[in-house]
Amino acid sequence: MTAFSALIAATRFGFAARPGELQTLAQDPRGAVLKQLSGPPPALAGDLPTGTGMTALFLQSIRDKRAPQDRKEFNQRVNQVYFTEIEARLDAAVTSERPYVERLVHFWSNHFTVSARRPFIRGIAGAYEREAIRPHVLGRFSDMLLAVESHQGMLLYLDNAQSIGPDSQAGMRSGRGLNENLGREILELHTLGVDGGYTQDDVEALARILTGWSIARPQEPAPGSFRFRPFAHEPGAKTLLGKRYAEGGQSEGIAALADLAVHPATARHVARKLAAHFIADNPPPDAVDRIAKRFLESGGDLRHVSEGVAREEAAWRGPFAKVRSPADLAIAACRVTGVAPRGQQWAQSLRMLDQLPFYAPQPSGWPDDAASWVSPEAVLRRAQWCEAFANRMPDTIDPAALANASLGDAAPAEIVDAIAHAPSRRDGVALLLASAEFQRR
Amino acid sequence: MTIARRDFLAGAAGFALTAGIHRAAFAAAPTDRRFIVVLLRGAMDGLAAMPPYGDPHYAEKRGAIALKPPGQEGGVIALDQTFGLHPALAPLEPYYKSGELMLVPATGNGYSTRSHFDAQDLMESGLAAKGHASDGWLNRALTLLKGVDARTGLAVGGAVPLILRGQVAVASWEPDKLPQPSPDFLVALRTLYRHDVLLGPALERGLAAQGFSDQVLGADAAMDAKGGYGPNGFAPLAEVAGKLLAADEGPRVAALDMLGWDTHVNQGADTGRLAQNFAGLAAGLEAMAKAMGASWKRTVVVAVTEFGRTVAVNGNNGTDHGTASAMLVMGGAVRGGRVHGDWPGLAQLQDDRDLRVATDSRSVMKGILRDHLGLDSAALGTKVFPGTATLAAAQGLLRA
Repeated sequence: MTAFSALIAATRFGFAARPGELQTLAQDPRGAVLKQLSGPPPALAGDLPTGTGMTALFLQSIRDKRAPQDRKEFNQRVNQVYFTEIEARLDAAVTSERPYVERLVHFWSNHFTVSARRPFIRGIAGAYEREAIRPHVLGRFSDMLLAVESHQGMLLYLDNAQSIGPDSQAGMRSGRGLNENLGREILELHTLGVDGGYTQDDVEALARILTGWSIARPQEPAPGSFRFRPFAHEPGAKTLLGKRYAEGGQSEGIAALADLAVHPATARHVARKLAAHFIADNPPPDAVDRIAKRFLESGGDLRHVSEGVAREEAAWRGPFAKVRSPADLAIAACRVTGVAPRGQQWAQSLRMLDQLPFYAPQPSGWPDDAASWVSPEAVLRRAQWCEAFANRMPDTIDPAALANASLGDAAPAEIVDAIAHAPSRRDGVALLLASAEFQRR
Repeated sequence: MTIARRDFLAGAAGFALTAGIHRAAFAAAPTDRRFIVVLLRGAMDGLAAMPPYGDPHYAEKRGAIALKPPGQEGGVIALDQTFGLHPALAPLEPYYKSGELMLVPATGNGYSTRSHFDAQDLMESGLAAKGHASDGWLNRALTLLKGVDARTGLAVGGAVPLILRGQVAVASWEPDKLPQPSPDFLVALRTLYRHDVLLGPALERGLAAQGFSDQVLGADAAMDAKGGYGPNGFAPLAEVAGKLLAADEGPRVAALDMLGWDTHVNQGADTGRLAQNFAGLAAGLEAMAKAMGASWKRTVVVAVTEFGRTVAVNGNNGTDHGTASAMLVMGGAVRGGRVHGDWPGLAQLQDDRDLRVATDSRSVMKGILRDHLGLDSAALGTKVFPGTATLAAAQGLLRA
């Protein structure tokens, strides 16, 4: 039983077992998962630029009517940063001793999606995750929420940087006005959830509250950093979810986000998503209730909440019904084999699997259920990818040992047999990676 | 490892026999009609697609993003006294003139929510209120089609969208960027997957679709059709859809997505983000029509979106989430060259901000499913679009 629990610890609360990891986990699988939550989340290795720096570079690039040579340099810089960022992020997942924490970073980053399908996000997305998400995954939800909604990545992605109070000085002078995109997605996606009991009036109220939350332009002090613009802020009191927020400039938004962060609907919404991510596509309602209760009672203490997820009995039972996302499949393959793409290869590899990091199709992020990932074409594509990946392995690789190290006793005799009879070692690795047991979690 | 496409096909045919799949299973197609749904995700601005330039309130209420009147540079392409086409949709004008394009203004899909994700779910599930929809209305329509098999329905572009998920197995296709796997590997894998309820059937269908689309397209066409996320990514997919649907033994019903319609910022008028998207849409529909060849005269294509956008421009030269939008109905089987449905006008707006709904898109869909695919009227109101028994199917949408 502990062997099966060790497999769960490595796959449901991690990416996949590295060689030797299952044996270590088998001593105390649940304890080992909980222990990963101690201490602050580790920072990513490497010399990575700040969100402010990359935003300043972007704003400068659209301000100058740039010569083609300069534009080329800007694009090269953005590409180099993007490839470096995803390499650092994915290497952390592949090598982490605290993979549950890395899973949480990916989970929250998807919950608070910014996507480079709006191209200017490409150079900022990595910094956004490192600055607004990662430091808070074991901290308070309210701190993460504030960090996210005031980060350049989110202010640009959901258009708030350009939203102007219609009755503000800037609004009256320019005739420009409100953009409710961020206000709506905060309520629908980030906090209360679509059934969280808000109205169109609340969307507009929150959008008004957040007017003025913007970014310093190249000609202003500290270009590229968050900047509150009092002259663009809609004056007067606003009413959000029945509560009155007196005119208070930037502090209105801080107060409103703090209230949203501890709202019971937020607790339910977040608990459901966590349970669906780590336990099952349709998690047991009582598990969701308990996680929501932990969230509410702790005031959104995410270490406490994440501990609750790992303590749910349902998480420790079979079957493995969830399907790994394409990116998690790639990370798992790298953990098991110890071979990972370098630099730009990461992007190429994940593009083939149709899950390029920071390219979620919509603000709701990547899907998180098996049905969304298992189309006929996608399954064939995954198989193709596994074979192509295995074909890059050194020819000394031992597929039988990898099967034992990654699936343990759960490796069905049929797979062990198929690997033993595979035409080559690489073919054996391809079969292991493509097997249903490895595709699922 | 690379293997010749011909070898792969031989291999694929080989394991079809070992698994006892008989070619007879793919014998007669259930219909010679083709029906394609294009899902415009993100909420397309219907007022920009078919601007009501003749409405006395149009210019005033649209403000900075109102298009210029017909005849001016960048102006509306006039269709009648009230409506025109966005200038970036110019490639579609000949289809209107030849009677193969019909436009439907002020459409809604039977629900009221301004959430993209709820609305897309409802648009695809065909329900009026949120439930736990696990299947889509187009798949339920397939269940009513006699002689349907796993090749009748086709999702183009990757994952099968909700609209096509359900009881009837469907194929999916997307551009190939990976080397083909070896037949031996696939043979071994299908053995390993045979007990997996999800992966097993999906792999079988993937193999069938792959072998099939290679035959139709030829390897070169498959490799050339690059995906891409921008407005230019749609045309290659639409063209492939057309080629696949043109084949005698090919699919009959297909769905494909086009993204990028959520124009909160810099939507623009005759130029800008939205104009680029319209250009991509028009290029795609045109490419699809040409690729369909002789099958085009038996084809209906519908482009639909989850809701419309605000009438007035917002603070960022864009528009926010609204209510009614517009539909495009195109194809050789369409009795086009006209605007279908009522126009509620811009004098009075929904919630003081949105165009009101005049035509329920489901009445149009029901009219097409009944008259084009010959589906049973009563079942359309209960099974395909539950709870719409009293919503009449639109009459006379198709050529007699």
